[in-house]
Amino acid sequence: MSTVGTKFDSAEDLRQYRAHLLAQYDPAARRVRVCLGTGCTAKGSAKVMERFCRAAEEFGQESLVVQAKSTGCHGFCERGPIVVVDPGNVFYENVNEEDVPEIWRESVIGGRVVERLLYKDEASGETATTPKEIPFYSAQQRIVLAHNGVIDPTSIEEYVAGGGYAALAKVLGSKASRMEPEEVIEEVARSGLRGRGGGGFLTGRKWRSARDAHGQPKYTIANGDEGDPGAFMDRSLMEGDPHAVLEGMIIGAYAIGSSRGYVYVRNEYPMAVKHLTMAINAAREFGLLGQNILGSGFSFDVRINRGAGAFVCGESTALMASLEGRVGEPRAKYIHTVESGLDGKPSLLNNVETWANVPPIILNGADWFASFGTEKSKGTKVFSLVGKVKNTGLVEVPMGMTLRQIIFDIGGGIPDGKAFKAVQTGGPSGGCIPAECLDEPVDFDRLAELGSMMGSGGMIVMDEDTCMVHVARYFVAFLKDESCGKCTPCREGIAQMLDILTRITKGEGREGDIDTLETLGTLLEDTALCALGKTAAYPVLSTLRCFRDEYQTHIREKRCPAKECPGLFQYQIDVDLCTGCGVCRKKCPVQAITGERKKPHTIDWKTCTGCGTCFDVCPFSAVVKV
Amino acid sequence: MTDTNEGTVATIIERYQGDSGMLIPMMQDIQTECGYLPQAELKELSSGLAVPLADVYSVATFYSSFRLMPKGDHTIQLCMGTVCFLKGAGKISEAIQREFQLVPGETSPDGKFTFSPVNCVGACALAPVMVVDGQYHGGLTVDSAVELLDKIAEGDKSTEDAQAGGGKKK
Repeated sequence: MSTVGTKFDSAEDLRQYRAHLLAQYDPAARRVRVCLGTGCTAKGSAKVMERFCRAAEEFGQESLVVQAKSTGCHGFCERGPIVVVDPGNVFYENVNEEDVPEIWRESVIGGRVVERLLYKDEASGETATTPKEIPFYSAQQRIVLAHNGVIDPTSIEEYVAGGGYAALAKVLGSKASRMEPEEVIEEVARSGLRGRGGGGFLTGRKWRSARDAHGQPKYTIANGDEGDPGAFMDRSLMEGDPHAVLEGMIIGAYAIGSSRGYVYVRNEYPMAVKHLTMAINAAREFGLLGQNILGSGFSFDVRINRGAGAFVCGESTALMASLEGRVGEPRAKYIHTVESGLDGKPSLLNNVETWANVPPIILNGADWFASFGTEKSKGTKVFSLVGKVKNTGLVEVPMGMTLRQIIFDIGGGIPDGKAFKAVQTGGPSGGCIPAECLDEPVDFDRLAELGSMMGSGGMIVMDEDTCMVHVARYFVAFLKDESCGKCTPCREGIAQMLDILTRITKGEGREGDIDTLETLGTLLEDTALCALGKTAAYPVLSTLRCFRDEYQTHIREKRCPAKECPGLFQYQIDVDLCTGCGVCRKKCPVQAITGERKKPHTIDWKTCTGCGTCFDVCPFSAVVKV
Repeated sequence: MTDTNEGTVATIIERYQGDSGMLIPMMQDIQTECGYLPQAELKELSSGLAVPLADVYSVATFYSSFRLMPKGDHTIQLCMGTVCFLKGAGKISEAIQREFQLVPGETSPDGKFTFSPVNCVGACALAPVMVVDGQYHGGLTVDSAVELLDKIAEGDKSTEDAQAGGGKKK
């Protein structure tokens, strides 16, 4: 598509340009879409893409238009690399380089379906041709992720053709139809949108405060410092649909009267930085960023700052300190950042997913958005469904769907016939929710009532083999490393908790440890400076509430019921299953295993360090935990 | 290498119009250029921006992505996020530390690998994940992780051999 030099002077220009793009679009053209999200790329999709591109180049028939293009993450990372062929929206999974010629010949050119690469339902054995027929997708409601996997994130033309920047055009419109900033804020407020980064604060209310705040310049910031381990929805959005984030920011900036914006992206996300940079440059070129946007007189520009590897910078005041070139230490929020944030100026900070919700709200209206979700949590939420679940990946569902629907209907349940034990939501500040609560609806308030939180949307499923004390210790160890050290309760309190939890998982727990953990946890909640410190004990407190007996067994019986804490259970070789192949003997790092060839081996408990290597390497599952 | 790269820091400062608020991006650029943050460069940055050296170092040591020591030939980022942890990243970490004499945050004695465990690389669907020189490797086991690094180390060796002695095999 040749579009160089297009600069829009009005909303009408943009409309005409879109009409021009749509007129050029040939619905009969054969297109193959290859997912180049991080998940699929790790499984080799870049090479798949290369081969499709080569096939497209070499294709000589002029009567048929063929095109190979890359897209952002489809969400179903478990089955990657994912390739979709149009027309028909035919969905192929686990595609590797060798499959390319067959897909090209049969599906792209021939219009036939390559059966063996289709999704196959495990239970019924039936295959699905389009995503809609796959349970993983059919129960989802994609608003934020609508473009992901469909458009090429590096092409502004595709974003515009798909209805992109139409919300901005509606806001800035022609003189007669322009929305006043107050109207924009009212629309967002009426939609009931709440912050998707974790806090769940009403977005409209935040915007209004930022508009009412005194001082110039005002800053508009997108928080893309997705630090919660187990969450990657912001990454997929920034990589797969960067213009949606920008469009939301431009609308927000107009609403509050801001001329400068920042996107703060995690250092670990190089592709997000690349795609956002391309998006910003393209938007500038088209006159969607910069001076006098769409001839409205409104000017706004954005720059990207990369984080430098600090979890605490996901906290708003710490993020702003980092943008000022300082260490990322939070400050007390007696004065909100909407009044005094970056450089002491009014600053409106929203999470990446929150920003991406803005264009559809403006375009389709507050009532439309509010028709999804529950009474106080409107719209959809993207979750990263990961851990011990069959279908891992990104899912977007209406608020209010139950945990069971998400984990079992969409996620397909727990692999290897294991039992569900708990789901951890909300990242290190969240909590573990036990099986009894699987039928609870997921929204901001209900999760808080269950002692967890929405957080950024990580949903980590744990099965019966997961030790909850071990998990609690993991989170506390994470937070000890990431505590910025500014306030004493967080710096010292977390270290104390880690010390106690480490002892318990080593079988050195003492009576009274549980009480001390609870005291420390409550202390943190009451006295830590920032939200991260205040919630740091949640993983411990929530597991203590729901899995207290597991802590007690560790302390009193020096035993790990889930058989995960090394030293609190033993490895044994099942003589009936052992064939004497000797793999475990060779792999054991401390030579604790003895036995003659072709005869059952034994483990010497005194030498064994419980590292579990034998358990992992045994081809016959003859090593068991007792 | 005690000499500073003449002009590097000055160019970087200019790139951001000497705005001390851009200290972190400037340090990221220095690290990209030099592979780490050498003392001489940081001193130059401090005087160029009129920011006390102590402040520069507080930033350099606060953020985990900054390195004060040269990095090895290959950078290993092992994800220690919740999902990777649940799926055995801890064991992988122990095994590669043992096999390749790695210490978290440091470079191996032979200068081959720099080992940085990271809190989450955001590729949870592939857990456990290790990123080596920017390449993602998912679904690892203890064995496959060790094997992967072995292969990388061996690959280097054969190229070195080829360069040194016309491709003699060992």
